[in-house]
Amino acid sequence: MEILKTDNIVKRYAGHTALDNVSISVSEQSVFGLLGPNGAGKTSLIRIINQITAPDEGKVYFRGVKLSPEHVAEIGYLPEERGLYKKMKVGEQALYLARLKGMSKKEALKKLREWFERMEMTAWWNKKVEELSKGMAQKVQFVTTVIHQPKLLILDEPFSGFDPINAELIKKEILRLRNEGATVIFSTHNMSTVEDMCDYIALINNSKKILDGNVRDIKKQFRSYLYEVEFHGNMIAFANALWAGFELIDKEIIENNHFKCRIKLLNNNTLNNLLQSLIPHVEIISVREITPSMSDIFIQTVQQQNTVSNE
Amino acid sequence: MSKISLIIGREYFTRVRKKSFIIMTLLAPILLAGFLVLAIWLSVGNTTLQKVLVVDGIGLTDKLFKDNDKTLFSYTDKAISDEDFIKSDYDLILRINDKIIENNKAELSYKKLPPLSVQNYINSELNHIMESYRLMKQDTTAELKKFIQEVYPNIKKPVELNVTDVENKESGKDKRQSTVIGFLFAFAIYMFILLFGLQVMRGVIEEKTSRIVEVIISSVKPFELMTGKIIGIAMVGLTQFLIWVVFTVILVMLASTFIFNDMYDAAVQAQELQVAKNIQAADMPQMMNNSSNEVFDLIFNRINWYLMIGLFLFYFIFGYLMYAALFAAIGSAVDNETDTQQFMWPVTIPLIFAFIVAQLSIENPESSTVFWTSLFPLTSPVVMMVRVAMGSAPLWELLLSMSLLIAGFLCCTWLAAKIYRTGILMYGKKVTYKELFKWIRY
Repeated sequence: MEILKTDNIVKRYAGHTALDNVSISVSEQSVFGLLGPNGAGKTSLIRIINQITAPDEGKVYFRGVKLSPEHVAEIGYLPEERGLYKKMKVGEQALYLARLKGMSKKEALKKLREWFERMEMTAWWNKKVEELSKGMAQKVQFVTTVIHQPKLLILDEPFSGFDPINAELIKKEILRLRNEGATVIFSTHNMSTVEDMCDYIALINNSKKILDGNVRDIKKQFRSYLYEVEFHGNMIAFANALWAGFELIDKEIIENNHFKCRIKLLNNNTLNNLLQSLIPHVEIISVREITPSMSDIFIQTVQQQNTVSNE
Repeated sequence: MSKISLIIGREYFTRVRKKSFIIMTLLAPILLAGFLVLAIWLSVGNTTLQKVLVVDGIGLTDKLFKDNDKTLFSYTDKAISDEDFIKSDYDLILRINDKIIENNKAELSYKKLPPLSVQNYINSELNHIMESYRLMKQDTTAELKKFIQEVYPNIKKPVELNVTDVENKESGKDKRQSTVIGFLFAFAIYMFILLFGLQVMRGVIEEKTSRIVEVIISSVKPFELMTGKIIGIAMVGLTQFLIWVVFTVILVMLASTFIFNDMYDAAVQAQELQVAKNIQAADMPQMMNNSSNEVFDLIFNRINWYLMIGLFLFYFIFGYLMYAALFAAIGSAVDNETDTQQFMWPVTIPLIFAFIVAQLSIENPESSTVFWTSLFPLTSPVVMMVRVAMGSAPLWELLLSMSLLIAGFLCCTWLAAKIYRTGILMYGKKVTYKELFKWIRY
């Protein structure tokens, strides 16, 4: 079941098109990564999903229904440009933001106390925001984003500005919320978090969606059939054992009779074929498939699209 | 609706609870009441008679001083020491000797500093006496001397100009005084629009620079946020105004009962007059001083307070709403307060112009500038108050001005909302007028 679907969204600003026929589909209880270089149109799309701006063309559906203002209470949004009223007290402010999302005062207070306790923030309740450090303020912002138990959580660059400890804490909380039934969309440049957390991704470049799908499928699609083999034995014997079906990309001498080589499979050969040909000649220590990182896929796809659009 | 009330509540309570608000709200009436009491004291408070002893060793001024309602003169030719003066029940002592002929100097000593008006009166009386003394001293015929003594004072009498409006038969002098009351209202509107309009602008900038705005407009519409802020701050203004009025009235009343206790007590006053009469069998001074009588008449009889306050609220509320929307738009288009300069002038110039016209209208209340600016929405809230107080605006003009103001308010709010909803999401970019027009058209 998909919780959110955008249908051929077009958004034009004076002079340029920010989004050009972007369609994404986010399935329920998943972590969806929205990737793309700066200025690609991620924030424009996120603002449309949050009903901050309206698309010029196309439609957004929330659980199969056309997105409308009453869905605000079911969406939690942490913008990239985020902050709090500096002169207001932390608790008062969190209560205000929770009530703007449609919570009753009593319910909001109860939930806030729970969250403040879990995040070890109770002592900050009566402090002014300007007395908090940046990391502390970020935690408050995160709590105010999730306090109304949104079905859909939209986080724009959630980890920028967090120190590693807090980033880890927030990561854990995001996954916990996902496991409890929430769906998370987040945009990021940080490719390692994508691999850690995302189930699905969409890649946006130059206002267009150029890639999307399940992270595992995408990795398969970008498989390079490269293997790293480490072995003891004679290098010449090793090279001779490779017949036409394999290509030796490079080699690295670790010590006498101890090598690490990269080999590419050709002509539908499998790893089993490779091992069969090698085992009689050398002593294999380890074999590992070299999979492209999300970062490689990102760079490769973006560069491809840029050269295409330049031509 | 409940979200707007939440926003209004936040805007209202964060401001009302600020120390600076509380201090301003409490201090201003004390200052204002202080000024009022001082003003009343300066103009009315000296109805207590000033008894002046004229010590004239050279017989120059012999009984020539005329008493008025504030001043009683007694005469002696014996020198009186300061100690004797302090012991006596005279308030002032005027010492005259040869110096006055040689180099135009006389000496006035006091126990308590006399009101300026009394001092001026004594001075002008002395000038008159000296003028005729010098004229008489000239080598002239007896005929001319008689002329100087009897005819000349009549020639010098000032003309009393009676001003009347042929259509209303109400005297023009009254109107001019009413204009002053109208100007006070106009001034209040001007101050409030500027003060609280700027607060709206600062609030918008604060939300933008602290980057909270995007979080909030994911919960409410930008227009709701803008409206909530404007209304919340309007309520702060009205609260402050109300407290000021109530507090000032109470303070003035308290002050007048304590300070001017005897002034309003007819018995005390009559007694005092009796004493004065016994000392000097001069003409009875007038019971009440003319000018204060006129002020009372103006305040309690001639101004239609229900109309004035009703229209004040109308012009204040709609004028403020219109300007506040424009200030909100300015705030949304910039990143910090220093960048507001280039957008401020088209908004503040009409307001300052209106204030200048309101000032000039005291001098010339029925000029065409006053007429047109009292209809134009950006200036009418300030200028119309003066015309209303004066009673010179016909009903149709008043209604036209009010409807134009409402139209202006709707137009400005529409315009501002368009700029605002785009502006609040723009960071780190210097916005030009060209871009603002793009946002409006967009």
